[in-house]
Amino acid sequence: MKLDSKIPSGPLGQKWDKHKFDLKLVSPANKRKFEVIVVGSGLAGSSAAATLAELGYSVKSFCYQDSPRRAHSIAAQGGINGAKNYQNDGDSVQRLFYDTIKGGDFRAREANVHRLAQTSVSIIDQCVAQGVPFAREYGGLLDNRSFGGAQVSRTFYARGQTGQQLLLGAYSALSRQIGLGTVKMYPRTEMLDLVVVDGHAKGIVVRDLVTGEVSSHAADAVVLATGGYGPVFYLSTNAIGCNVTATFRAFKKGAAFANPCYTQIHPTCIPVSGDHQSKLTLMSESLRNDGRVWVPKRKEDCSKSPSSIPDADRDYILERKYPSFGNLAPRDIASRAAKEACDEGRGVGPSGYGVYLDFAEAINRLGASKIRERYNNLFDMYERITGENAYQQPMRIYPAVHYTMGGLWVDYNLMSNLPGLFVLGEANFSDHGANRLGASALMQGLADGYFILPYTIGHYFASSKQARPKVDHAEFRKVEEEVSARTQRILAIKGKKAPRSFHRELGKLMWENCGMARSKQSLEANLKLIPELREEFWKNVNVTGEGSDLNQTLERAGRVADFLEFGELLSLDALTREESCGGHFRVEHQEEGECKRDDANFAHVAAWEFQGEGKAPLRHTEPLVYEEVHMSTRSYK
Amino acid sequence: MEKGMNLTLIVWRQKDAKSKGSFATYAARAVNPDMSFLEMLDVVNDDLIQRGEEPIAFDSDCREGICGSCSCVINGVPHGGQKATTACQLHMRMFKDGDTITIEPWRASAFPIVKDLVVDRSAFDRIIQAGGFVSVRTGGAPDGNAILVPKEDCDLAMDAAQCIGCGACVAACKNASAMLFVSAKVSHLGLLPQGQPERDRRVLNMVAQMDAEGFGSCTVTGSCEAVCPKEITLDNISRMNGDYAVAMVKGK
Ligand SMILES: Cc1cc2nc3c(=O)[nH]c(=O)nc-3n(C[C@H](O)[C@H](O)[C@H](O)COP(=O)(O)OP(=O)(O)OC[C@H]3O[C@@H](n4cnc5c(N)ncnc54)[C@H](O)[C@@H]3O)c2cc1C
Ligand code: SF4
Ligand code: FES
Repeated sequence: MKLDSKIPSGPLGQKWDKHKFDLKLVSPANKRKFEVIVVGSGLAGSSAAATLAELGYSVKSFCYQDSPRRAHSIAAQGGINGAKNYQNDGDSVQRLFYDTIKGGDFRAREANVHRLAQTSVSIIDQCVAQGVPFAREYGGLLDNRSFGGAQVSRTFYARGQTGQQLLLGAYSALSRQIGLGTVKMYPRTEMLDLVVVDGHAKGIVVRDLVTGEVSSHAADAVVLATGGYGPVFYLSTNAIGCNVTATFRAFKKGAAFANPCYTQIHPTCIPVSGDHQSKLTLMSESLRNDGRVWVPKRKEDCSKSPSSIPDADRDYILERKYPSFGNLAPRDIASRAAKEACDEGRGVGPSGYGVYLDFAEAINRLGASKIRERYNNLFDMYERITGENAYQQPMRIYPAVHYTMGGLWVDYNLMSNLPGLFVLGEANFSDHGANRLGASALMQGLADGYFILPYTIGHYFASSKQARPKVDHAEFRKVEEEVSARTQRILAIKGKKAPRSFHRELGKLMWENCGMARSKQSLEANLKLIPELREEFWKNVNVTGEGSDLNQTLERAGRVADFLEFGELLSLDALTREESCGGHFRVEHQEEGECKRDDANFAHVAAWEFQGEGKAPLRHTEPLVYEEVHMSTRSYK
Repeated sequence: MEKGMNLTLIVWRQKDAKSKGSFATYAARAVNPDMSFLEMLDVVNDDLIQRGEEPIAFDSDCREGICGSCSCVINGVPHGGQKATTACQLHMRMFKDGDTITIEPWRASAFPIVKDLVVDRSAFDRIIQAGGFVSVRTGGAPDGNAILVPKEDCDLAMDAAQCIGCGACVAACKNASAMLFVSAKVSHLGLLPQGQPERDRRVLNMVAQMDAEGFGSCTVTGSCEAVCPKEITLDNISRMNGDYAVAMVKGK
């Protein structure tokens, strides 16, 4: 397999403009003849489908929810970055670019990140024009806030619901095209496989989730914008349905999977309350502006009421360890500090896996009304979930899986190594390296969908000239049969355990052995235990009902089956990457508790190639060449 | 294990759109008060699967009150009656040991039942397709700050834009009217400068589609506002009625 990143030559700041000029075009009259499948209706998928249709392509859009508006992007809270420098505080494309590269611990592709920072500016304009109600100042100008990992205010927001408003903007653009008949929408439809004809991605096989019908769709190109794989850990801040199925099946059809071990754990989430738990809820990063993180100095104090513990007996862990960044240390660092305290037996709350996020001092200083104005919706949400009032007692928080930086490998055109397969948004690996900064995922999804793919896909059409097969092509028939057979196989097991129970067990293995701290030993344990669990799944899972109607147990079982394979790949990638960087922390590679990168041996992207069932996948590398940035050690002390 | 509450659930079961449905009774044992309502259903479902019975189908995805997927009527009230709370954010500490809870799908002819508690809300999507947008192509937008929006207008627009498209308003209304949902979008865009060029067409087209989908008329009972998890207010309906009247006059 050849991994050609196709990064254009020339100075960093001019690469994208030069490349856009060099890309071949499809004439307006010819665009209609090209059909594009877009799987996923989140920010990346909706923006891509709408824009391609506006350009004149024929588009089919798929999502598993009952409406494209419900894609997981809807849940994003904090904001979206844009290098507008409206605050006149020294921001620039260059600075956003550098912050993102540094935040990613120097494991992202320089040219992609620079392009992302450049496009960020147009994204804000586009969303405003659609009617996205970003927060405004009294004079009518756009307001900004600051976010982790940056020293400027470049984050645009719509209360605590930025993702919702951006997605509704993209959804409205998509809806307009559906109304015009240029996009055909397939909600409640799950992609179960990719179809590759003569080496090119030319279609998908899907299951209608209401009727159970399995069918094929052929196209000139397939775009996957299917989001991240956080729920491989079972509990995460992601929506219940987020899955790896689309990207993992594409992997099995030959698409390389890059850096699966780069996963992000967010420090401020509501702790687990019991085995019944189905997901974890994020408490926005913005709370760390006013909240102080602490645990008792002594184990004996952990069960005492927090107000009875005097200041002298409290350990403000982040302020102690990172005096210059304090409570605003980056996500990966803050998460590890919380884990460390709990592992020492100093965690709080019923499970012992929690630390306090205390607003008492801020309430004293600013008054409760100011705090209410800033965070009321979060305090309400916290109370609904925990039954506790955070104005009166500190919040309890604990890190949780939040985002996945790894994904299908793509070149500068966002095309995978399989020609005709494009991958956008959280589903690809390209821009965040080993750690993503806050407010950058929304930016990337929309950059990919509105402003990058619409240029690069035309070049593929204009240069590849690969005819679109019909859905009665033998390859489609074969894949349909495979998909149906797999469904039948799952239904026939009729074992003793619900799919959710396997999912929970896998999640425990992933969290314990491949979570915030990973070691050779824990990862090797996973490589042994996950295949055992998978074997048990295929003997003992119980999926009730049939395949010919709405069957949510079957849907879940299919996703869990893929996670059971993918979890192994993730652990293998983590084992092979013998360094610590960003969210990937190998206990063997640290310096006073901080990540110790190994640039001499690991300044590369690891992309895995499927070799067949039961065979070890093959690891390829794409070296990361920095033309402009100098790799340095991140320090937040 | 913790002791928890013992509850009786009376749940609407319906195999598919064509079948006739009926209520079935299930026991939910040892329910932890920290569970969300849907997590309680998850546990009941795991139990059903264990016994080889088909679990209760219900929609959910984000489970944090923002995607608008979850949709069940709990004890006669869409989303269960806690102020500004979706079913997925309702927690079991709101119930007492020994309670009997009735769980039904949204009931409205424009939202046909798909299975058990799952309904088809695609009518909402079609209403948005009819006009719930600003017609701007990607690219060519002016600078974000070139369009000034007074903070007050923006805040009001945002209040309306928060609608999650769940459909509880329709389920609560005795006429199954979709006015609250439609007016939220009409207001969101109508309050902003970006929405002005298409303001008349938008309201006319969206209302026409709403009627074509078979939603009932609005008799301002306010039951929609009472159950709306995003606190969308009746003011939006007045605003839309005003816009509609103006557009009709101009159209003539
Ligand atoms: C709680 C939370 C808060 C966040 N806050 C922020 C923030 O403030 N700022 C920020 O920048 N980022 C934030 N993020 C991250 C960001 O929201 C996501 O990374 C981003 O929205 C992903 O968008 P996407 O378009 O790639 O995928 P998604 O929005 O996840 O969409 C995936 C789509 O794919 C479809 N799909 C998936 N699998 C299949 C299949 N097999 N068949 C058919 N369809 C399928 C789904 O139906 C869906 O439409 C947050 C994330 C979480 C969880
Ligand atoms: S108006 Fe309220 S109840 Fe109706 S769809 Fe919107 S959020 Fe749901
Ligand atoms: S599941 Fe998303 S709002 Fe309830």
